[in-house]
Order: sequence, then structure tokens, then C-alpha cells
Amino acid sequence: MAYSQKQLQGIGSEIRRLVVEMSHRSRSGETGSSLSISDILAVLYFKTLRINPKKPDDPKRDRFVLSKGHGAAALYATLALRGFFLLKTLLGHRVDGGALHGHPSRGAVRGVEVSTGSLGHGLSIGVGMAYALKETKSKVYVLVGDGECNEGSIWEAALSAGALRLPNIVAIVDDNSFQGFGPTKKTNPFDLASQWGSFGWNALRVDGHDTKALEKVLAKAANAKVPTVVIANTVAGKGVPSIEHTLKAHYFVPDDAAMKVTQKKV
Amino acid sequence: MRRDFVDQVLLEMERDSSIVFLTGDLGFNALEKIREKFPERFLNVGIAEQHMIGMASGLALEGKKVIAYSIASFATMRPYEQIRDDVCYQNLDVKIVGTGGGYNYPSHGVTHHTVEDVAIMNVLPHMQVLCPGHSWEAREATKAMVRHTGPAYIRLGKSPGVAYEKGRALRFALGRGFVMRTGKDVVLVSTGNVLDVALATAELIEKKSGMSVGVLSMPSIKPFDEKLLLKHVRSAKGVFTIEEHSTTGGLGAVVATVLAKNGIGGKTFEAFGFPPESFLKAVGNRDYLLKQVGLEPVALARRILKEI
Repeated sequence: MAYSQKQLQGIGSEIRRLVVEMSHRSRSGETGSSLSISDILAVLYFKTLRINPKKPDDPKRDRFVLSKGHGAAALYATLALRGFFLLKTLLGHRVDGGALHGHPSRGAVRGVEVSTGSLGHGLSIGVGMAYALKETKSKVYVLVGDGECNEGSIWEAALSAGALRLPNIVAIVDDNSFQGFGPTKKTNPFDLASQWGSFGWNALRVDGHDTKALEKVLAKAANAKVPTVVIANTVAGKGVPSIEHTLKAHYFVPDDAAMKVTQKKV
Repeated sequence: MRRDFVDQVLLEMERDSSIVFLTGDLGFNALEKIREKFPERFLNVGIAEQHMIGMASGLALEGKKVIAYSIASFATMRPYEQIRDDVCYQNLDVKIVGTGGGYNYPSHGVTHHTVEDVAIMNVLPHMQVLCPGHSWEAREATKAMVRHTGPAYIRLGKSPGVAYEKGRALRFALGRGFVMRTGKDVVLVSTGNVLDVALATAELIEKKSGMSVGVLSMPSIKPFDEKLLLKHVRSAKGVFTIEEHSTTGGLGAVVATVLAKNGIGGKTFEAFGFPPESFLKAVGNRDYLLKQVGLEPVALARRILKEI
């Protein structure tokens, strides 16, 4: 099915609505980092990735690794919306007896390719997948956080993919400007694009909430001959005005009053 | 022992085209044959152990069987979280090879001494832990490890140990131990290439006391051959473990647990190895360092005779 830009935007909004609901139900945070990747996931899962929810293990599929595992709520919402499992499974997010941890766990539900949660692991795993798939048409997409780029292992993996000139790996940086305890600029005041560029990656920038621009840049990345990074400028806490562009977005747990507001506006 | 490992890996890679060999920039004078024979399935990932294990996991997720090689301390400690989260949690077919475990890089210093690896690998779910004691065990352990599906760690000693395989009809399997010497009064349980120390200790005790001393070699720490241990210790007065590893969390701990769990009491027990709560700063070759921590036949025989 070909989705229009309006539909993609609607899906991004629906992911955010589900994330806020899940966060409210389980009284758990890491909400802002799920909200910031909502539009990226909408475009990936409804436009870019060659996947079939009915055949989640199809060897010909593209792979997606959520290296910033704390965005799991958004991934689960996206997978449910895309038809990998029933929406009601989301009720089991971070609650007693539920199916869904706060970080992705392979095998817990269909569609989760890799277990992640500790930052800095996913890109190496993605490089391994891409190396194994280098003679095929499958692409590997790895979503990392801007704060996650503090991890040394990200740069070990970036160096390796750059040195191997892997054409079939695309990293997407969710550049939402905040990490756990402050603005990302405080711990990494340098230009991300130049950093990735110096490791042999083709670096592209995009507005991470502009579905049309995302679709275009991801298509460009998929056709590149070298590893490509898409640095997506995003908004921490996107869709919840009271927390947008703030550190507290990461820890935001909507109360009943907040739910009433957010359910209309996300 | 490293040569035995390489020879067996060459055979296994010939046999199974899904095997990919990664190294963290180590293997000079050892891995060249693998690189020459299988250039498409051999990759030096650079001095980046965390990435090596993460990449190995990605390859394994795509159906490869991956062997990841480095010096024991770097192979296990630097990427420990990747081993736990990426390899073990996802139960992936990744084999971690730690060369030079124990004091096999003696004069390199504490950074290269590895006396914690078995303990930290033992605690991980799904992980098989192998610590061969001599050439034959190294070859067979490599073969068994590679043919097993799932996470595994093998610790290789640098020195070859003694060639015990001649004329022996042994069959190796994961979880199997071997009787190297029979004896019913005292049983020495050994793992890794301190086996020659254990055997020499047994000779000395027998010569000095007239007691008969058995020696078991346990190349497979996890799974562990409880049956063999229980069979041989029932009538013994004393059971002593000998390992080139910390006395915390390694062979000694495994044996003590098996004995306690099975209600085997009333025996003298002592775990010999590297004393916890210290780093060995002494400079010297392997024999010198082993002597410093009391892992040499004369000192061991004296302590065992005193305790029994």
C-alpha cells in the first residue's frame, strides 16, 4: 500500500498517542525519546523498509535495529500498527505479567530483530548483519541516539563499517539534543556530521519530523555506495507541548490530567 | 595448544562454510593459515573487542557460526556486556576464544594475566566454558565447541602441556572429564594447562606418603562432569582442585558446589589457584609466577600432606 504524506503524518501521530498511553498505563518514563523517533519509525515501517509482517523472518527483508533501546515503546507501537501483532499486546508494556519490557527483547513479539537496551551495542550488531548480507539486496537500518554517540563502541562500529565500505548499512541518529542528565551539546560539543564523515560515512541531515524529507533522504541513503548516516533533527517529547525540547521529556510520565490534553494534541 | 586450535579450526572451516573467523588484531604467527585459506571468511576487525563481539552477534543473527579471537583478558573482560546482552541473552552461535589464559603471557604484566575469565564466563546463561589441559584436549575441545550450537568460551594455554593422548582411547564431549591417573586416597582435580603441575604433585605425594593419588582433568567446566567427580571422590580422604585461575568462581567453586550439593562431607578440601584480593606484581616467566602463588608441585604436595 502506498501511503500519502498525510497518512504517514497520521501514523506518526498515532505512534505518539500510543506511546503516551503506554507510559501512562505503566507509570514509566523514557517517553520523550520514544516520541522523538515517532515520525522516523512511521516513514521507515510504512515506506522505506522492505518487510512483510506476515513473514517476519523472510531472509530477503530489510533489517531494523533500535540501538537506542529506550525508544522501545515507539517501536512496539509501530510494529503493532504495521500488523506484526495485535494492538492489545501493547497493554502488556512494562506491567506485571506483560509481554513487553521497557527495552526491545528479541522473541518477545514478532518483528523485534535484536535485543537492545544497553547503549552502544546496536551499531556493531548492524555491521555484523550488513557484512553477512553484503551480497544480497537487504539493507540494515540502525537507529542510534545522539547521546548514545558518547559510547566508544559506536565509534568502533563506525570505523569498522567505514573501513569495510559497507554499502548496505544506514545509521539514523535521533538528534533530539538531550541525553539522560543534560543537553547533548555539553558532552559532545562537536559536529556529529563531521565526526561520522571522518569515519568514512556519507552524512546527511534531515528534519526528523518532516515525513516527506525523511522518505527522500532514506531513499538516498539506501542507494549509497558507502555507509550512510542520516542525522535527524528531532524534538524530545514531540507532541506533548509542556515537555517539548526539555530534559524532563525523557522522564515524563503523563498523569490523568496530562492524558486529557495529550490525547488530543499528539 | 594454539597450534592445535588453529589446525582444528582449519578442518572445521573446511567442513562448515557458515563459519566466520574474527580477530581483534591478534594472531601473528598463528592465524595466517586461516587467513590465507579462507580470506572471505576471515576478518581482522581491528583492536576493538566490543565491536568484535557485537559484530559476531550480528553475523550469528544472520545464520553464521562465528569464532571471535583475542587474548583471554581482552576477549572476555573488555566486551563482557556484549557477551552477556548480545551473545548470551540472544543465545547466539558465537565462540569466544581467549588465548593465553592464566599466566601464559607472564612477563607482560597484570593486564595480560587472566585469572578471572572462567568465573565471569561461568556465570552467564547458555555459555559453555572450556579450558583444555593439553594438546589433545585443545583439539577436541575446539571441535566440540565449534560443532555445538550456541555461545561458548574456550581458554587456551600458550604452552603445550604434555602429550597425553598417545595410546589412549579417549572420546571427548562437552561436559566430560578424564581420569589422567588413578588413585583412591587423594584426588586432585585440575583444569587447563596446569595439568602437568597436578600430575607432578600427585607423584610427589605418592612418593612421600605412600597414599594413592588420582588426577582428573576437567577441560569442560560448564557443563561439568559431576558423575566422574563423584565416582572418584567417594572413597578419598581429600579432594583438592588446582587451576591457573582465581580460587573464586572457577574450578574450585564448581567442585565445592558439587560436593556440597551431593552431601559429600568429611573430606579435606582445598582450592588451589590464584589468591583472590590481590594482583600478582611479580615479574618473571610462567613457572616463576606459578611458584609465587604456590602452584608448583613441591609446595602443593607439602600443603596437601599437611592438610590431610
